[in-house]
Amino acid sequence: MTSFWAVLSATLVKDIRLEWRSKDALNSMLFFSLLVVVIFVFSFDPLAEESRHIVGGLVWVAFLFAAVVALNQTWARELRNQVLDAYRVSPAPSNALFLAKSVGNFLFVSILEALMTPLFVVFYNLRVLGPGWQLIPIALLGTWALVVNGTFFAAMSLRTRNREIMLPLLLFPISIPALLGMVAGTTAVLTGENSAHFYIVLLLTYDVVFTTASLGLFGTILHAE
Amino acid sequence: MKRLFPILSILTVILLAYALYLALVVAPTDALQGDVYRIIYYHVPSAWTAFLLFFINFVASVRFLARSKPSTERAAKWIAIAIGVIGFIAPFLPPVRKLIPAGMEPSAVATTIVLIPVLYFLVGKWFPGDRLDVLAITSAEVGVVFCTVVLITGPLWARPVWGIWWAPGDIRLTSTLVMWLIYVSYLVLRRFSASAQTQMLAAALAVFGALDVPLVYLSIWFFRTQHPQPVIGGGGSMDPRMLHVLLFSWMAFLLFGFLVCWSRFRLELLKREVEQAHAMESLVGAGAPAQTSLPLSRNTR
Repeated sequence: MTSFWAVLSATLVKDIRLEWRSKDALNSMLFFSLLVVVIFVFSFDPLAEESRHIVGGLVWVAFLFAAVVALNQTWARELRNQVLDAYRVSPAPSNALFLAKSVGNFLFVSILEALMTPLFVVFYNLRVLGPGWQLIPIALLGTWALVVNGTFFAAMSLRTRNREIMLPLLLFPISIPALLGMVAGTTAVLTGENSAHFYIVLLLTYDVVFTTASLGLFGTILHAE
Repeated sequence: MKRLFPILSILTVILLAYALYLALVVAPTDALQGDVYRIIYYHVPSAWTAFLLFFINFVASVRFLARSKPSTERAAKWIAIAIGVIGFIAPFLPPVRKLIPAGMEPSAVATTIVLIPVLYFLVGKWFPGDRLDVLAITSAEVGVVFCTVVLITGPLWARPVWGIWWAPGDIRLTSTLVMWLIYVSYLVLRRFSASAQTQMLAAALAVFGALDVPLVYLSIWFFRTQHPQPVIGGGGSMDPRMLHVLLFSWMAFLLFGFLVCWSRFRLELLKREVEQAHAMESLVGAGAPAQTSLPLSRNTR
């Protein structure tokens, strides 16, 4: 068990340090989602009342696209100098690597969300009508849902031709229930018309199911030959 | 076996033609919808066949993944048995019975669940080794075709009856569409992946897809459904003559689907044999192609 945590923390600290020095993933994600926000602002020019109904969808679509940018880079980094091959032959637990990558991506995407949400509020003149604190569990669970599947499918698409395009093709269909939960939950909180409890439970179920499945199958994917 | 194929093909053509005749002429006209409803004899059998094929794909993928280690294979076997036993008893228990949608018979649910271990063992018995993967790709491909038929005939039917092509947020429509998307992405993965690891990756994706479908169903729980209740084991009250034609039509579709799967299965097996032969040929070297007994030479490709 100690080796599990040692590998996990070592990989996570390494990834955070790399990101801190280069800021590759964060900068590209930030600029990308900024572009998406600006394009959305030009495309839709809603009144304050309408924007409460549509902004849940816009926010999460922007974050989903931006997350794909970061997820594509997670494993590509390990391909240089055959790090991943070295990992494959080492006796280190593969789930520790997977969890470290997922937690790393979760941190990066959460930072992006924290930075981008104020922009959405400014551009769309948002005012929350429902219980605003519920947005926090929705955001955390939703981000984890995107990131855990995204990290898994990024490792999967690593073995394919044109892997950059494979990731969204695999990730988006599977993420539809999570995305539905995030969007509907956010809209429910923003408009205050109905309760978001159902969607939080849904996201929690999704997270538990797919985290378990990813942990169960990641070893197979990593060692598939 | 080879003689069986043409015989079955002729039988399928006759059955499909007779099913068309039954659907268009013999079946009574619906009191509310008129003749438009007759598309049901294509829509519903296609849907059942597609779901059955996706289910076979899931079972084959799970078996393929479980095959990698003896311990997982044993565990998977007992899980399959446990699902069968619990699934057979549970629908009749009062607390679970309340969860079953109104009108659906507990016995229908129990029978469907018992199919899981039965299929699991039959698939493992009939498709040993790499043939499991061939079965998975075959059922996914043919399933996507049938599912496409469902998604095309659905809106064609909905437009005159509901007045809209598509009901966004509808539980059945959305889950069928998402299932179709998942299996298309499965086929894309198989197409774009390098040969050696494709089988494992695809099997893992199939498991993810199968886990996703109930969640899609759950995620749109809150929305009302516009789609009618299922015909078999559901609350639907259907004229017995219509039901007869529907079941006959399904039989024809099943046989047709089986034939397509069979020929696709043989094609895939042949393709793999040829690929192996090519690999052997390049290993042995171009100088000695005559000594290797290859089904095809390299030039014919």
